[in-house]
Amino acid sequence: MAGSDAVPDIAAELRAVLPADCVLARAEERRPYECDGLTAFRELPAVVVLPRTDEHVRRTLLTCQRLKVPLVARGSGTGLSGGATPHPAGVLLSCARMNRVLEVDPVNRIARLEPGVPNLKVSEAAAPHGLYYAPDPSSQVACSIGGNVAENSGGVHCLKYGLTVHNVIGLRGYTVDGERIELGGLAPDHPGLDLLALAIGSEGLLLIVTEVTVKLIPRPPMAQLVMASFADVHSAGNAVAAIIAAGIIPAALEMMDRKATAAVEPFVHAGYDLDAAAILLVESDGTSEEVREQVQEIEHVLREAGAGALRVSGSEAERLRLWSGRKNAFPAAGRLSPDYYCMDGTIPRKHVGRVLEAIGEMETRYGLRCMNVFHAGDGNLHPVILFDANEPGSWEHADRFGAEILELCVALGGTITGEHGVGLEKLNSMCVQFSAAERAAFFAVKEAFDPVPLLNPGKLIPTLVRCAEYGRMHVHAGALPHPELPRF
Amino acid sequence: MPEANGTVPDEWRERVLGASREGVGLRLRGAGSKDFYGEALTGELLDLRSFRGIVDYEPSELVITARCGTPLSEVEAVLAAQGQFLAFEPPAFSADPTLGGVIAVGLSGPRRMFAGAARDFVLGTRLLTAQGEVLRFGGQVMKNVAGFDVSRLLCGSLGILGVITEVSLKVLPRPRLEETLRLELPAAEAVAAFNRWAALPLPLSGAAWAQGSAWVRLSGAPAAVRAARQQIGGDPVATPLAESFWSALRHYQHTFFSAAGLWRLSLPSATPPLALPGEPLIDWGGALRWYADPPREFDVREVAGAAQGTALRWRGAAPEGRFHPLPAINARLHRRLKERFDPRGIFNPGRLIPGL
Repeated sequence: MAGSDAVPDIAAELRAVLPADCVLARAEERRPYECDGLTAFRELPAVVVLPRTDEHVRRTLLTCQRLKVPLVARGSGTGLSGGATPHPAGVLLSCARMNRVLEVDPVNRIARLEPGVPNLKVSEAAAPHGLYYAPDPSSQVACSIGGNVAENSGGVHCLKYGLTVHNVIGLRGYTVDGERIELGGLAPDHPGLDLLALAIGSEGLLLIVTEVTVKLIPRPPMAQLVMASFADVHSAGNAVAAIIAAGIIPAALEMMDRKATAAVEPFVHAGYDLDAAAILLVESDGTSEEVREQVQEIEHVLREAGAGALRVSGSEAERLRLWSGRKNAFPAAGRLSPDYYCMDGTIPRKHVGRVLEAIGEMETRYGLRCMNVFHAGDGNLHPVILFDANEPGSWEHADRFGAEILELCVALGGTITGEHGVGLEKLNSMCVQFSAAERAAFFAVKEAFDPVPLLNPGKLIPTLVRCAEYGRMHVHAGALPHPELPRF
Repeated sequence: MPEANGTVPDEWRERVLGASREGVGLRLRGAGSKDFYGEALTGELLDLRSFRGIVDYEPSELVITARCGTPLSEVEAVLAAQGQFLAFEPPAFSADPTLGGVIAVGLSGPRRMFAGAARDFVLGTRLLTAQGEVLRFGGQVMKNVAGFDVSRLLCGSLGILGVITEVSLKVLPRPRLEETLRLELPAAEAVAAFNRWAALPLPLSGAAWAQGSAWVRLSGAPAAVRAARQQIGGDPVATPLAESFWSALRHYQHTFFSAAGLWRLSLPSATPPLALPGEPLIDWGGALRWYADPPREFDVREVAGAAQGTALRWRGAAPEGRFHPLPAINARLHRRLKERFDPRGIFNPGRLIPGL
């Protein structure tokens, strides 16, 4: 085997404790694992392990610990921040074969799942009981519950139903030392520090999860979607605030700008108003009486806020068609451009109009197009930058464009990632959002769980050196981008 | 690059740095309403009430940010004026607690199983560390996955990792309509019914049982509340009586809480009646059960543990500690976190875990 001498050693050590078919060592077998959904970052792992049981995971951890080899856990590989990018000298642990629904308990309204269970399968398993699992990332057909835990994934219904952290009640797994650990559980309150909350969204840096217990909630009997057109992005932003101010918490509240609707309409024929500068998609769910009442209120608020055309879904088919455009926004970007780069900043809702205008200005400056889809209810932006990786320097250009958007989010009191995670992608932006002392606190958490470190090392927290380099590269002649904005 | 700008009182920073230097324990305290809670109080008093005030509140953002010493009553009054509230219904006990204390303790009221716990509403915190620095975690936005979720880790930490100096919380609009129903049911049937109803799309916001009566609260759109009322049955409770019942439950003023010795059990909600004598007080649709001291031969922790729950010694002698013991590996991780955040062990020593 060509390449690193370490490769056959790790594989042989793992084969000594695992079934042969759980260990992939040939380059062509490892190739499919070289990247996650952020394809710009690729590394071939030294070995891929496909455990089937908890014991396989424990043995893998003990082997990595003994050999001091890094271990990167991977769910379905749909992540968008490089959280599952392999370590070139390490083991990539894929949860793909740990994909059983272990239990659905309709009385306590929970499901116990292996980490590789796809998100959508959870709701399917709960459906016979009239229950479902609320967080619904756009990739829910493929993305795994283990990956959702690692990233604290969201979706379009977070404002009303919360993120992964609000819907996962228990985790079982192993520490880096191969010790069995249990966090949370069926009972709601637990003594001690909330290590469950700390583990959710920890991007595989703290422990390896082998079982997830989720909360199931009653499926609302009905949902209806209101689509509203706006002549400018500012009024659309104000309408979002007006809905919340009216005491309404819709099941979903999404915005798409004209570039986004124009991109998806020829593709899905959702029936979007292509003349509108922005559209809002506002969903109400509940009993039929409740939905009827709320939809009337929503229509009233939207009209008052200056909406042009309003359309209320008259059937489930129409509601799903209106959603299909939103959910297919990223594939549509792929039709418009050879490559696209999806960002994930969050801002206070009131700044929506301002940020969209700033992004428009950046498009001119970078010479790249950017369409905007947006979880408006949560203030979570997904600008999609279109570029062509075959043009030299084009990826770097898109990357800088994205970083500037994230810096604007931070300057406006927001964050560099709402639901996609930091991974490798946003390490530089972490230097912008957090001080050296704050980053040191994150390293302190990491060390408490994984002192060497072996679990997904180099992700999530940038080193001091990296931030210093980024600072030098980035601050041109002492001038920060957006000097007019207050910085903390 | 941002600076963690700590506009905390200079005196606090000096006290913390001094304590770190000399290895002296500091007893962090707001209004002192929860002095009875947790393990023994030790260390020199650091009164946190002076750092108060609402820093930011925009109703359409659904977020309020306030300094740790802000009285809970002030926060709730400001929210109420805009038709909003803290949906986790933090208990106030007797005195008016501070917001910092509310979050450091992390207790939630009767709405907890339906709206979420204190930690579910924490969006961001500022923390004065043992090194005298003020760090900011999370923020003022609904979705934020940058870095570890230290803010939620601090919720319920009883101050052992540092001083929570500022908190940002998600707030919600008050429900349009709230109604309470009362049904005469034995405890076991009430718990079974609570769990049955919780699996249906009903606007539940409270489900409790005391002294032979089940109390069910419905909150939300008038149409939904009316429809649910039909489905559940029972007798409507007049608003003043209903409000006083839920308030007594929330603030631990129900007569049940006057017992000399009290256990608080957190359990899977559908747990059948426990093998403990005496009638419990049940809240959270069955997931929270209170028991007055049983005779000596009953081991409450063992009973709770066998049901996949835990038991907290709320009142009375606690020779084996207030909190249900942690598994060894979890305890070890607590120690490692404490050592890294507070190497000299100055913050609320022993308050959460004896010796830590």
